[in-house]
Amino acid sequence: MAKKHNNVLPGFNLSLGFTIFYLSLIVLIPLSAAFIKTSSLNFHEFWVAVASPRVVASYKLTFGASLIGALINGVFGLLTAWVLTRYTFPGKRIIDALVDLPFALPTAVAGIALTAIYAPNGWIGSLLAPHGIKVAFTPIGVVIALTFIGLPFVVRTVQPVLEDLEAETEEAAASLGANRWQTFSKIIFPAIAPALLTGFSLAFARAIGEYGSVIFIAGNMPMVSEITPLIIITKLEQYDYAGATAVAVVMLVISFLLLLAINGLQWWSSRRNAAAI
Amino acid sequence: MSGISTTQFSKYSAKVAKSRATSEPVWVRWALISTTLLFLSLFLFMPLAAVFTEALRKGFDTYISALADADALSSMKLTVIAALIAVPLNLVFGVAAAWAIAKFEFKGKSILITLIDLPFAVSPVIAGLIYVLIFGLQGWFGQWLSDHDLKVIFAIPGIVLATIFVTFPFVARELIPLMQAQGKDEEEAALVLGASGWQILWRITLPNIKWGLLYGVILTNARAMGEFGAVSVVSGHIRGLTNTMPLHVEILYNEYNYAAAFAVASVLALLALVTLVLKSIVEWHAARSARATEQN
Repeated sequence: MAKKHNNVLPGFNLSLGFTIFYLSLIVLIPLSAAFIKTSSLNFHEFWVAVASPRVVASYKLTFGASLIGALINGVFGLLTAWVLTRYTFPGKRIIDALVDLPFALPTAVAGIALTAIYAPNGWIGSLLAPHGIKVAFTPIGVVIALTFIGLPFVVRTVQPVLEDLEAETEEAAASLGANRWQTFSKIIFPAIAPALLTGFSLAFARAIGEYGSVIFIAGNMPMVSEITPLIIITKLEQYDYAGATAVAVVMLVISFLLLLAINGLQWWSSRRNAAAI
Repeated sequence: MSGISTTQFSKYSAKVAKSRATSEPVWVRWALISTTLLFLSLFLFMPLAAVFTEALRKGFDTYISALADADALSSMKLTVIAALIAVPLNLVFGVAAAWAIAKFEFKGKSILITLIDLPFAVSPVIAGLIYVLIFGLQGWFGQWLSDHDLKVIFAIPGIVLATIFVTFPFVARELIPLMQAQGKDEEEAALVLGASGWQILWRITLPNIKWGLLYGVILTNARAMGEFGAVSVVSGHIRGLTNTMPLHVEILYNEYNYAAAFAVASVLALLALVTLVLKSIVEWHAARSARATEQN
């Protein structure tokens, strides 16, 4: 507010005041409730709630499946972004628009649709079942659901960077004798790497908290295919509010750290891009 | 004599050379395109097709009766009500936050932007949980609410609150970079010419940001109508009363009433497709108006 004197536009106090009021009311105060509730537990109770074998198994599944899903999206998201910016083929515009489907499709709908496809009598499940591969109701199903919901992130962060890439640098590399693979790995890939990493982390962060699309396909067997958000719901249904909140706080802290890392990444990559220009 | 002149020929060969140097061989191109299409078929097109196939598996009459069911209709009504409250509130917040952040300099601005993003980083289940801790029977205001015969959790207000939380950042996130890029010259010019603050907002700023605003509203609405995890925690799943459409899908599915579950799901899938079409139209307009501004 000290700097207000060099800005003549009105409405600073009103707009900032309302922003902070609404942010506190909807987000900050309710989130603080989780931390306050957890502080009512002593350390032993907290540890029992967040580190029992069933909860630890759910962390492993949630983080492991999220990581695999984000890695799959890193590879195929980069490929999709590349194909959509570099090549022309029939139906490209429709496919480009459909990439955002996982953002627009309600997660519960995605969940039952993926289950229908990968169940043993589904379109793909019935092809895999004779080979003894089970997807639905196993951890593989969790990976499938988390890959689906994270799909747009990598494509949409890498695509604009690929579009803005100067053709001259590639031409220069080619005229200096580089083959296509060398040009890609030495010129193009380093330029898109920060965006790729950002998209990967966004997909990973989104997958960790995901609930709706996973619970239908996961089978939800304790110790095997039970994700951490489901643990929170189960504890709530047993009226174990303190236990549910303790697990929630563990997830919140991890999510906040990821958010900070992603913001740091974006700051770093924008600085890198500015330096390149 | 050959049919093409020397200059034409050299142009042609230059084009071939360029495409060889900065593009991939045809077989690589087609291999990459096919791999992409295979991946997208498995993860995008098939789920979408499955929703409609399963919905119509038992015939069109079953489909219609599943949608005309009283509980299905009341779930649609509740979904629309939640979106009708959440979207305008987050819209006003988004404009206010973007105005403060884009037009003024103040300490702690980057912290404020991070805090606005916070709901994206929070699991939807946790978003529901925190309102239970505050308004639930054992929560901060639980006793007071039950003394006054008010219900927030397992009732509509809780559903609306959870919906507001999960859609909180969409409009603000869309508007902040847009308004920062536009600067404040036009608003300052209007001020010099004697316009009041509200006149500037209505006549200058809002027309400038209308495509970004619309884009944010479309995203907010899609998420508001489709939210499952957060709403699931606070709803209590009371059929005909506190069930939104996604929750109704879950109930039908868990009762093995697959045709009805997919019928309601198909309405949500159609909504998603409409969202994608509107989004493409808005993106097209936004790109066009951005080009027009650049040329001026």
